[in-house]
Amino acid sequence: MTITITNMKRIGSEELTSVTVENGLIKGWNLAEEGEVIDGQGGTVAPALIELHAHLREPGQTQKEDLASGLAAAAAGGYGTVVCMPNTSPVIDDPAIVRSLLEKAGTLGFARLKPAAALTRGQQGEALAELTYLKQAGAVMFTDDGRTNENARVLRLGLETAASLGMVVSVHAEDASLRADGVMNEGAVSEALGVPGNPAAAEAARVARDIEIVAGLAAQGRPVRLHVQHLSTARALDLVRDAKKRGLGVSCEVCPHHLTLTDEALRGFDAIYKVAPPLRTQADADFLLEGLRDGSVDCLATDHAPHTRAEKERDLLDAPSGIAYIELAFPLMYTRFGGTLGLEKIVELLTAAPARVMGWPEPTLEAGAPADLVVFDLKTEREVRPAEFKSKAKFTPWAGETLTGWPVLTVVDGKVAYRRD
Amino acid sequence: MTATATKQVRPRHLLDFQDWSPERLTAILDNADTMLQVLDRPVKKVPALQGLTICTAFFENSTRTRTSFELAARRMSADVMTFAAGASSVSKGESLRDTIEVLTQYRVDAYIVRHHASGAAHLVHQYSGKPVINAGDGRRAHPTQALLDAYTVRQEFDSLDGKTVAIIGDIRHSRVARSNAELLPKLGAKVVLCGPATLLPADLAGLPGVTLTTDPVQAVRGAHAVMALRLQQERMSGGYLGSLQEYADTYQVNEALMQHAESGAIVLHPGPMNRDVEISADAADGPRSRILKQVENGQAIRMSVLYHLLVGRD
Repeated sequence: MTITITNMKRIGSEELTSVTVENGLIKGWNLAEEGEVIDGQGGTVAPALIELHAHLREPGQTQKEDLASGLAAAAAGGYGTVVCMPNTSPVIDDPAIVRSLLEKAGTLGFARLKPAAALTRGQQGEALAELTYLKQAGAVMFTDDGRTNENARVLRLGLETAASLGMVVSVHAEDASLRADGVMNEGAVSEALGVPGNPAAAEAARVARDIEIVAGLAAQGRPVRLHVQHLSTARALDLVRDAKKRGLGVSCEVCPHHLTLTDEALRGFDAIYKVAPPLRTQADADFLLEGLRDGSVDCLATDHAPHTRAEKERDLLDAPSGIAYIELAFPLMYTRFGGTLGLEKIVELLTAAPARVMGWPEPTLEAGAPADLVVFDLKTEREVRPAEFKSKAKFTPWAGETLTGWPVLTVVDGKVAYRRD
Repeated sequence: MTATATKQVRPRHLLDFQDWSPERLTAILDNADTMLQVLDRPVKKVPALQGLTICTAFFENSTRTRTSFELAARRMSADVMTFAAGASSVSKGESLRDTIEVLTQYRVDAYIVRHHASGAAHLVHQYSGKPVINAGDGRRAHPTQALLDAYTVRQEFDSLDGKTVAIIGDIRHSRVARSNAELLPKLGAKVVLCGPATLLPADLAGLPGVTLTTDPVQAVRGAHAVMALRLQQERMSGGYLGSLQEYADTYQVNEALMQHAESGAIVLHPGPMNRDVEISADAADGPRSRILKQVENGQAIRMSVLYHLLVGRD
C-alpha cells in the first residue's frame, strides 16, 4: 500500500514538502506522487504521538469505552500508539486477554494498541501476576494503575521480576492510608467546600517509598525501572528529580489536566473535575510545567479515563475519578503552552520521550522509519465540541473552548487511521 | 581445649565451611571412597565410633537427612539418640538452650542438628560444648549436602578443578545453594546460581567463584553439573512468583535445557523433588541423573564427616 501526503511542512521547517509511505515505512520525501494522494492542507507533520496511559475499558466496561471508540479517539488525537491500562473487568492479568485485545485492535485500523498488564493478580497487590507469560503475550508494561501498591514488598518483587524481563513497572503513587477518603486536593478549597481532602503528602510519601525501593535494589547491583504515573505535586517531582540525580531508574509522566486545571475548578462541586490524583494548586501546576522544561518530567500522558455521563453526574463523593480527552491533548498543550514550551518540545514530550521511557526506538521522520505520522493544523481555531468526540465519553472540562493545533491526518503503520472530514 | 599456635587447628564441628581448609575438605571427600567400600561389604559396620553417643536433634521435620545421618552413625558403631522436637518439650515451650542442656546430661558426645532458624547449630555448639554437625539451619547452611554434591560431581569427573556447577531454583531460601556456593569454589569449581530475580539475592554475587543469572540457558552453558532446587509451594503465597506453571516453563531443569550444558553434564537434586515443577521426569530419571547416587553418597559422606570430627579427637 502506497500513500503520498502532499502540501505540508516537516516539523522544524517552513518549506512545503511531500512524503511517500509504502508498506508501512517512510519511502522518502519529495518523491514523485505515488498511490493515494492526500492533501496535508499546509499542516505540520510529526511522528505520530505515543500515549503511555489510557483507559480503554475493554473488557467489561464497554459502556464507558471500548477498543474501537478508544483507539479511534486516539487516532483523532494524533496518536499512533496507545498503552492501555489493565484495570478492566476482568483485570488484564491473563495472557489470553492480552492476546485477544491485540487481535481485536489489529483489525480496527485506528491507533496501535500496546496493552499494559497487571503487576499483581487481579490488581490485588498481594501476588505477582504471570509476568513472563504476559510479556510473551504482548504486554509492554506492568502496572496496577488504579490501585496503589500498598504492599511494598510485592512491588519490590514485581520490580525485580519486570527488570529481569526488560520491562518497566508503572505506579499510581499514592499512599492510600494518607489519602484516606479524600476526593480532591487537601487545601484551602477543600476546606472551604467541606470536602474530604487528599494531601499532597500522600503522593510524595509514596514516591519517596518507591524511590527507596529502587535505590535499595540499585545498591545491590540490580537496576530496575519504575515509572511514576500522573505526577501531580511539586514535592513528588522534587523527589523524582533527586532520584534522577542519584542515577536511579525512575521516570515520571505529567498529564495536561494537571498543568491546565487546579482545585479551584471544583468550587462548583462538578465531578467532571474529579480525578486521581486530584487537581492540585497553581503552584504545583507551575512547578510541573518547569519540570517539563528542564527535563525532570520525562513525558506527557493523558490518563484518558472515560466514564458514562450518568456516573460523572453523581456527587463529588460518589462519582468515579477521571476525565477523557485523548482527542484534545495536543491542541490543549499547543494552545496553552506552545508559546512557552514550543512546538518541538511538546511533540518530543508526546513522541520520543514516552518511547525512551519504554525503551522503544525513538520515532523519526527519516526514510526507512515506520510510517506513523500525524499532520497538525497549527493555524485554524476550532471550538471543542464533545458531541463530535470519537470517544464514548462525550463531555470534557474544556467544552466550548477554542483551541488550535488539531490533527487533520493520522497515519499508523502506513495506513490512514484518522482523517478530518 | 585451646589450640596452640604451633598446632594445626582441627575443626571440632561442621556448622559451615568457614573454618575448613580445602585440604581438610578434600580429605573428607577422599575418605568417603573408603566409606562407600564399607557400605558394599556384607557386614556394613566398622567400630570407629564405638562407645560414643550421638544425638540427632531435629527441630525441623526431615526424614531423609535424619535417616541418612542415623544410619551413618550406626554403621560406625555409635549409639544414636533421636530427639524429635515435635514430640518433645520444645512443643511445650522449652527453649533451645534448656533442651540442649538437658540432652547433654545424657552424656551425648556429638549433636547432629536441624533447625528452622539460621544460626541454631552454632547455638547448640555453644550450649553443649560438644561437636555439632549442622544438618540444615534455616536458609543458611547444609554442609553435608554440599559435600555430597561435591563428591558426586568429583566422582563423575575425577576432579572438581575447573568444573562448573549450575544451581537453579529458589536460591534465596536455599541453604543447599549457600553451602554449595561456599564449598565448591574452595575446591576449585565455579558456581552459577540461577533463578527468578525475586529468588536470587544479588548479594550472593560477592562470593568468590560465584556468578548469578536469571537466564537458565546462560546458567547451564558450560556447566558440568546442573542442580535443580525444590521449589517450595509457600513461595507462591509470598508473592515471589506468578505461578508454578510459569516457573516450570521458565526454570525447569529438563533434557531440553540440558542440551545447552556440557555434553557429559549430570543432573543433581537435593530432594525431595517436585516432579514436573523444578525438574522434569526425563531429567530426573534419565541417563544424566545422579540423584539416587547423591543419596548413596550422602551416607558415605556423613560417615566420613563423623569420622573426621570424632575419631582421633583430642
